[in-house]
Amino acid sequence: MLNKYPLWKYLLILLVLALGLLYAFPNLYPDDPALQLSTQKATSVVDEQALQKARTALSKANIELKEAELTSAGGTLRFNSGEDQLAAKPVVAAALGDDFVTALNLVPTTPDWLSSLGAGPAKLGLDLRGGVHFLLEVDTPAALKQKLEVSSSEMKAALRKDRVRYRSVNIEDGILSIRFLQEADLSLAENLLKEEFSEYRYGTRQEEGEFYLDISFTEASKKEIESYALQQNLTTLRNRVNELGVAEPLVQRQGSNRIVVELPGVQDTAAAKRIIGATANLEFHLEAGLDDKGTDIETMSFRDGSGRTARLERDIIITGDSVSDASSSFDENGQPQVNISLDSKGGKQMSKVTRSAVGRNMAVVFIEHKSRSRFVEKDGKMEEVRKSYSEKGIISLATIQTTLGNSFRITGLDSPRESSELALLLRAGALAAPIYFVEERTIGPSLGAENIQLGVSSAQIGMLVVMLFMLVYYKVFGIFANVSLVLNIILLMACMSIMGATLTLPGIAGIVLTMGMAVDANVLIFSRIKEELASGVPSQQAIHSGFNRAFTTILDANITTLLVAVILFAVGTGPVKGFAVTLSLGILTSMFTAIVVTRAQVNLVYGGRKNKKLYI
Amino acid sequence: MKVTNIPFMAMRKIVAVFSITLILISLGSLATKGLQFGLDFTGGTLVEVAYDEAPNLDDVRSLLRSNGYDDVVVQNFGSTTDVVVRMANSYTATLGDEVLLTLQNHGSNEVSLQRSEFVGAQVGEELREQGGLGMLLALAIVMIYVAVRFQFKFSLASVAALVHDVIITLGFFSIFEVEFDLTVLAALLAVVGYSLNDTIVVCDRIRENFRIMRDTEPYDLVNESINQTLGRTLITSLTTLFVLVVLFVAGGEAIHNFSMALLVGIVIGTYSSVFVAANLLLAMDVKREDLVPAPKAELEDDLP
Repeated sequence: MLNKYPLWKYLLILLVLALGLLYAFPNLYPDDPALQLSTQKATSVVDEQALQKARTALSKANIELKEAELTSAGGTLRFNSGEDQLAAKPVVAAALGDDFVTALNLVPTTPDWLSSLGAGPAKLGLDLRGGVHFLLEVDTPAALKQKLEVSSSEMKAALRKDRVRYRSVNIEDGILSIRFLQEADLSLAENLLKEEFSEYRYGTRQEEGEFYLDISFTEASKKEIESYALQQNLTTLRNRVNELGVAEPLVQRQGSNRIVVELPGVQDTAAAKRIIGATANLEFHLEAGLDDKGTDIETMSFRDGSGRTARLERDIIITGDSVSDASSSFDENGQPQVNISLDSKGGKQMSKVTRSAVGRNMAVVFIEHKSRSRFVEKDGKMEEVRKSYSEKGIISLATIQTTLGNSFRITGLDSPRESSELALLLRAGALAAPIYFVEERTIGPSLGAENIQLGVSSAQIGMLVVMLFMLVYYKVFGIFANVSLVLNIILLMACMSIMGATLTLPGIAGIVLTMGMAVDANVLIFSRIKEELASGVPSQQAIHSGFNRAFTTILDANITTLLVAVILFAVGTGPVKGFAVTLSLGILTSMFTAIVVTRAQVNLVYGGRKNKKLYI
Repeated sequence: MKVTNIPFMAMRKIVAVFSITLILISLGSLATKGLQFGLDFTGGTLVEVAYDEAPNLDDVRSLLRSNGYDDVVVQNFGSTTDVVVRMANSYTATLGDEVLLTLQNHGSNEVSLQRSEFVGAQVGEELREQGGLGMLLALAIVMIYVAVRFQFKFSLASVAALVHDVIITLGFFSIFEVEFDLTVLAALLAVVGYSLNDTIVVCDRIRENFRIMRDTEPYDLVNESINQTLGRTLITSLTTLFVLVVLFVAGGEAIHNFSMALLVGIVIGTYSSVFVAANLLLAMDVKREDLVPAPKAELEDDLP
């Protein structure tokens, strides 16, 4: 019979709508302002004892705590208001001391049964809700020093290759000095190096019968290295932020050596801080022979805290920069390990060095640049004081059994978490220069709370006007269209929540457009039905062909728009992407509601009856 | 709404002149005046100040504006007493102090300068390049889709209508010196979607009528198609305009430019879906043979 859906179709529609409601539901629960506790070291954990300390300190400071709980990532302290949260941060940080990281956060209040189904509220972008803001400073002097160190290894190799005899190489105050016994060697070396390393400035001097070649950066190359370090860090930070899975992040250069990172809707800011700020890198060194001594040797301790040390050659075989891929797994003894693949240049270098060093030991050195912050009371106010330092430690020292090639593995890590974080960092790329957190804050929505309120309420009024119009113009069918429109919004919110998409202002533009198109689809169908009725077709027939004829039109119109949206999503970044996401999701949900759901309602009310008058 | 019988295509020459004039004016203004890019695109200066008591941000905004700082974003930063001002003015060493001076002379609320520095553009070169490339790619794919589903003449007509709408909307922003920020970019993308949607609906009717009305001349057929879809075109535009007018009037400052761009774009889009695409189709001498109907599709149409 015409205009009858089989029962299963109604049930399917109900199921989809029920799922939509379920997943859109968490959006009704606002987030709690909270403090996220975690530990600086990847190996230790936040426990009940630490929470108790925080509780005592907070009640002493007269700050009301809503709830304190332990989570898999650390601890969460929930507060009733944003002011309480801000006031609590220095108090808790002072009470817990250096070992713990406290970060401002917003924690969802989604009921457990909902979050166990994977439901959570859609995230709002920084422009709508605010989020976390980091200001990072790039340590450009360290980048210069590192570059000089790498060059010194290469220069030594070049001199050895051409049999130029030098006594020692020394780096001090940004100047690389090579000492020679013979003046002939000096000029030979100068000519050779000038040709191969043109980015340096060369000077010679004579002291106590010995000859020195002083090598330093030219102003131009210094600038170039600094700006390269900043660019490289920007790229690396972008990669890392992408690995974190944050939607619409902002990674932006500020001033000559600073980088701003803004992460909207981040759940665990402490983890974000650890990953973004981590400057962990690897260096591979050969162990020094027993008779090697002097400035080419560095004594380094092991990272496991056993107090063992080893003497390593200062020359770096390769660094983490040469890693093209890394993943974490477990070795045959169940210990965490990181599998590493090198790029072709790194692989060549590695095999070149290890070929002539089979039987010797190779050390993997783990380097971390950190900054420690401490709250100090000054003039009755809590002030944050920061100090930066770096930690170097050997994570493994193993005999080279055979020439190493492009891929190998590293063991000797403390925990699976450490191995997976190291793999992530190596994958995302090492920072070209260490960075330090200058500032870490939550940012208020740029549009201002009142503005958002105005925007939302006016959108609601607009919707009401549209619905009223549809009701007046299309009568009963207007009601069908309005029900579909509301369901469309719910479905769209559900889809965004499930996908973890971030809602921004451009995203709202996408939603407004989608609503327009959803109404449009129904208008197309209804005006077709009217046309059919006007040409004297009986009502059941009119409904049927109205829907059928409008369908191709709606399909073509929506597919072309969807194509644009998908391409914008593929090539766009930031705001463009946000728009594309809501638009493409909205087109899909609106086609479902405007065609299927509206049809279901029409069928339910009018289907299968004899030529009833249509109120349209 | 009764199906009208307005001789739209009789006006085609006048309308063509009108459209071309608008496009030329827009292009002229874009070439000479350009767009007033907002802070999102240009970068600028960031000034952070700390108040003793939480200030009203709207007051701060209007105070700055009345002192000649036109393009400012004022927001709380970390706490309610800390305020950060982003402005398009290029960075100078004294700008921070000048802003502070402006803010200090009002009320008893003590205010001090925290920092003042250069900020980069939120929309980098990267986005501009990617965005431009993306648009070209999107247009190409749309053209291919329309060429496959309809015919090549329809691709040209619909993309031309699209470009027409975007250029005139951009021209509006250039002529009236309205700030072009990220929200306007988003609105422009929405206009692209809307315009395309609108044009395809009209083209669809033309295609259908070519299959049904075998004896009608293309000129009359196009005219009738427009009249048939006019009801839908107007109702859809009206409902969208309802929302936008409310957003424009009551939506607050933040989405003011956004709703303005959409308003202009949709008015132009409605106009172009009636006049531009159909006009171009006739100019390209669209014929029934261009759309040789697949027999199967025809059968479906005639189903009860």
